[in-house]
Amino acid sequence: MNTGSLGGLLYRRPRLNLFLLLLPPLLWFGTVYIGSLLALLMQSFYAIDEFTATIVRKPTLATYAQLFSQPANMDIVRRTLFMAIAVTIACSIIAWPIAYYMARHARGRTKALFYVAVMLPMWTSYLVKVYAWRLILAKQGILFWIFDHLGLAGGLEALLATPGVGGPSLSSSYIGMFIVFVYMWLPFMILPLAAALERVPASLIQAAADLGATPRQALRQVILPLALPGLAAGSVFTFSLTLGDYIIPNVVGAPGYFIGMMVYQQQGTAGNIPLAAAFSVVPIVLIGVYLSLAKRLGAFDAL
Amino acid sequence: MVNRLRGGNGRALIIPAAIEFRGVTRTYGVTRAVDDVSLTVAPGEFFSMLGPSGSGKTTCLRLIAGFEAPDAGAVFLEGREVSSVPPYERDVNTVFQDYALFPHMDVLTNVAYGLRVRGVAMAERQRRAAEALSMVKLEGFGERRPGQLSGGQKQRVALARALVNRPRVLLLDEPLGALDLKLREEMQIELKGLQRRLGITFVYVTHDQGEALSMSDRVAVFNNGRIEQLAAPRELYDRPGTPFVARFVGSSNVIDGDFAARLTGSRQPFAVRAEHIVALTTGATLPDSHIEYTGALLDVQYHGATSRWQVQGVGTVIAAEPRGSAPPAPGAQVRIAWPRAAMVTLAAEPPR
Repeated sequence: MNTGSLGGLLYRRPRLNLFLLLLPPLLWFGTVYIGSLLALLMQSFYAIDEFTATIVRKPTLATYAQLFSQPANMDIVRRTLFMAIAVTIACSIIAWPIAYYMARHARGRTKALFYVAVMLPMWTSYLVKVYAWRLILAKQGILFWIFDHLGLAGGLEALLATPGVGGPSLSSSYIGMFIVFVYMWLPFMILPLAAALERVPASLIQAAADLGATPRQALRQVILPLALPGLAAGSVFTFSLTLGDYIIPNVVGAPGYFIGMMVYQQQGTAGNIPLAAAFSVVPIVLIGVYLSLAKRLGAFDAL
Repeated sequence: MVNRLRGGNGRALIIPAAIEFRGVTRTYGVTRAVDDVSLTVAPGEFFSMLGPSGSGKTTCLRLIAGFEAPDAGAVFLEGREVSSVPPYERDVNTVFQDYALFPHMDVLTNVAYGLRVRGVAMAERQRRAAEALSMVKLEGFGERRPGQLSGGQKQRVALARALVNRPRVLLLDEPLGALDLKLREEMQIELKGLQRRLGITFVYVTHDQGEALSMSDRVAVFNNGRIEQLAAPRELYDRPGTPFVARFVGSSNVIDGDFAARLTGSRQPFAVRAEHIVALTTGATLPDSHIEYTGALLDVQYHGATSRWQVQGVGTVIAAEPRGSAPPAPGAQVRIAWPRAAMVTLAAEPPR
């Protein structure tokens, strides 16, 4: 018996084996990920000296006071939050039938084709897609052209005339920005949702029908609750990605600022790292609130 | 077929069959899962569909429940053609093989589900669900989650859930398949008692011939999507109609034409049960109207009450369970015999 070897030692001490296996990723996670997050959090409790423009490394709530006291900042938070909520709702509605078909009806090649089609846009550069959308949504773009030729240009104009979300063209309105966000994050909703739906055993749906549930009742009372963890996972993606993005609002849409743009600007041109850090804490808190709400509503009960 | 009347309800003599299949066919691609099946199940009958996996019995059950639609033929429930009636509008309930309990609901909510979707008020459905739970001896389990139950308990919850709607027909898809032997035997007795008490038609799918024989009023033996034989358990066992049934139900020795000709002089194939075979000592005279067979004892399987001898002679291996004879050492020449009366003539095996 080869008791002296490393393999033998690891076989007899499974905990040691586990420890050695987990050490590198835990080190990475602990120092690089959580460490930098804590550093960021710490920065938000510093403040910048107005005169010298240097960071004063003393714990203070002045930066948060600045964040919350200025109406313009709160507008940014509110605007970003509304956009994130709208994008998440739209993504879950659009993703549901696609994910349902992929998970419960498509077989073999069709299924593979659907998964590839959903992931295909992710193979292309993010920037290329955003700029492509800017062209699609532009006043002289293909979308306007199609609407014009279908005689629906009036409808589009009416939509763009909506106060608050409209604008001179789709590419310079919040509606256009919303479309691009939904397009960008849709795969992140479809994939976890399809995975969750795939795990719902067919016999449960049959059992519901067998007991007298109409398809609508079965959907609401059996399929939806069981797919909720997938929906929650997908919505965390769409929600947090929208909260943090700074490129799409820069390229497409109305001139109003978003949280991501603010972070970018404050840590770059303005050199106000504490304020940038405080702005980055906002999405973290919002997602924390969102997750605890989802948990309270029972989104993870079926896990 | 003639329907039996249940416990003196004094209704007219013509009661529509609980279930009727008329020439039902269901194909998957090129496979005929159910091939031109016709059958009738009487109200209150315990009807079993027995067969190996892939024989079409489960597909028949799913055709009754409405999870499948026939490609040809028609399914009737209480005289009503249901081919285009969805499962949620059929007065039948199913106990699923994997129980199919809703994991996100507690036991009471699971059991009450059929009442909930029918709009029964909360208090009423909780009362009836609790009643159904006590019927399967699970009082006090209402607040547990399905994940916290053992296999046998899940089985009972599934049964209570299917019975809470008081269906006319209860479908059971290998419900005891995942339970251990002891529990399975207990549940068989309980199921049969429940069926007698409630007077509901049970359609029971199983591959276990013991289960089918012990509980059923009648058994349909399925093979390759067709019914090989439909008979009461005793008839099925004593007079199997085809070589398949003879082998599948109680594992008979099936003697084909060529070998039968050598033994009896007639090419008529027949079956003989191992327990009808006796062992003869060397030199003993053959009893009247017995058929004798001599061969080498290949192997002996000890079963407790009996032993099963595998006897290899010219032509085939015969399994015998002679009573009261201690088996000689394997390899020895043995004489066995069986009475002509124990032989069951079979229809010739259909060409494949």
